[in-house]
Amino acid sequence: MELSMAVRKRLGDFDLAADFTTSGEAIGVFGQSGCGKSTLVSLLAGLSQPEEGEIWLDGDCLYSSSRRIDLPPQRRRVGIVFQNACLFPHLSVEANLLYGYRRCAPEHRRIDFKTLIGVLRLEELLKRGVNRLSGGERQRVALGRAILANPRLLLMDEPLSALDDSLKFQIITYLKSASEEFRIPYLFISHSLIEVRLMTEKVLAVAGGRIAGQMTPEELARQRMGQSQVGYINLLDVELKRRLGGMYAYGWGDTELFVSAGDDAPRAVFELSSRDIILFKKHPEAISARNLLKCTVLDTFPSGNKVGVELGCGGRKLVAEVVVQAADELAIQARSEIYAVIKAASFRRLG
Amino acid sequence: MLSLTPADFDAIALSIKVAAVATALSLPLGFLYAYVLTYLNFRGKVVLEVLVNLPLTLPPVVIGYLLLISLGKNGFLAPLCDLLGLNLIFTWKAAVLASAVVGFPLLVRSIRIGMEGIDRQLIQASRTLGARSIDTLFTVILPLSVHGILAGSSLMLARSLGEFGATIIIAGNIPGVTQTIPLAIYEYASSPGSERAALALCLVAVALSVLVLFCHEALGSRLSRRD
Repeated sequence: MELSMAVRKRLGDFDLAADFTTSGEAIGVFGQSGCGKSTLVSLLAGLSQPEEGEIWLDGDCLYSSSRRIDLPPQRRRVGIVFQNACLFPHLSVEANLLYGYRRCAPEHRRIDFKTLIGVLRLEELLKRGVNRLSGGERQRVALGRAILANPRLLLMDEPLSALDDSLKFQIITYLKSASEEFRIPYLFISHSLIEVRLMTEKVLAVAGGRIAGQMTPEELARQRMGQSQVGYINLLDVELKRRLGGMYAYGWGDTELFVSAGDDAPRAVFELSSRDIILFKKHPEAISARNLLKCTVLDTFPSGNKVGVELGCGGRKLVAEVVVQAADELAIQARSEIYAVIKAASFRRLG
Repeated sequence: MLSLTPADFDAIALSIKVAAVATALSLPLGFLYAYVLTYLNFRGKVVLEVLVNLPLTLPPVVIGYLLLISLGKNGFLAPLCDLLGLNLIFTWKAAVLASAVVGFPLLVRSIRIGMEGIDRQLIQASRTLGARSIDTLFTVILPLSVHGILAGSSLMLARSLGEFGATIIIAGNIPGVTQTIPLAIYEYASSPGSERAALALCLVAVALSVLVLFCHEALGSRLSRRD
């Protein structure tokens, strides 16, 4: 998918001026509330019109003020998954799902209803009224409805924001499996860095109605480490090995991690803030923390008044942060050896 | 003992007929009018707003008189009536017109309140799912306005059953032809010794109004249960 937008839109005091070209299959649009993300979505879908500019999608002009082109929403084939599902309350789940499918030209119908029902596990919901669905079920139906309209681009506008944490990660699994199965390129709009990192391979950072830059989610996370209150969030994909009294031992690459907040599920993803990692130049004698990892410094990067330290550990990577003075004192540089200490209670389970 | 004469039964039947026809004819127009006021933005919209609410504030007699002079022989609507082969004045159709004009603002207001309660994102969702605006109108806006349409129709029906001022001017008070319940009561009330007959018709009017309101409540709660 290749998208190019050069638009200007004024809404009261707010002025959106976006000028970018991007390509890819899973693109994030990241920014704080009120930065212009949703305006961008509505311009792209044709739900509102810019004052001037052009919008091109895969070589087709969707909007051009100079050429007086403005394709109506139903001809753009740009689907939206809204934050609040927006299911039609007067229709059953099945009728909601088929709403877009029935209006899609037969030559564009490449997604099969039954396959979709299977991927999103909707069989049991089909005959229900949409008012008797839970939040997570509603969002799954909304996703299914948008996919069945066979769009060439799917806009997911904060689709997880209305859900609680545990549901969020369930829905992410569905979003990922659906996008892998049906190969519909998407823009994932969110103010959550974690969501953007889990869902996308490239990010447009939006701030104050402007596109502040295009980067990988990893670059964005590192850039924001210094100013973020939670630092850089490491996402650790682990496998349960054994239980140890009140703790759980997980395999992470070649390393074993001791975690307090584990459970009996065989696989899990844990968050670990870069601020919860303490670095030692030499092996510390006796420590209360349960995890002492011998690491190699792979790289260092500045972020605000902090220095990010990328550590290699048992074939995996970890990002820790230290203040500039500490980095100088410890003489942290690439290829040096270092010890990372992490308390078992510092790991937070995702989902 | 209160009893009804054959002429009273004629008046009751005519009242019901006039109110039902006026409401049925106004419904599609009222729906479109409410749609235009709710969803479209254009210059001069305020004129349409004032125009639709005017019958609410004008005395019905004024409306009746204005209709009479516009539909009369030299009125500006006379050529249109001639073209359509319609002879309205002093027929039951004139009573329908009077009821339609007087009840229209109530209908439009109720439908509009219903439409304004529809989440705009539902409309946007339907557009991005491939629906043209007319498709969205019939598959999303219309079904979600049902409560408003029902409320508006009941109000208009009840208002039409009681329409007097405009009707007596434009349709006259001809027993068996244009005499509806309120006109019959007026006639009884102005002739001595007919108090009981007037009272009987008053009770019928009350019963009809209560029936309309009951039906409205019953249908409304059925729709709510379905939701």
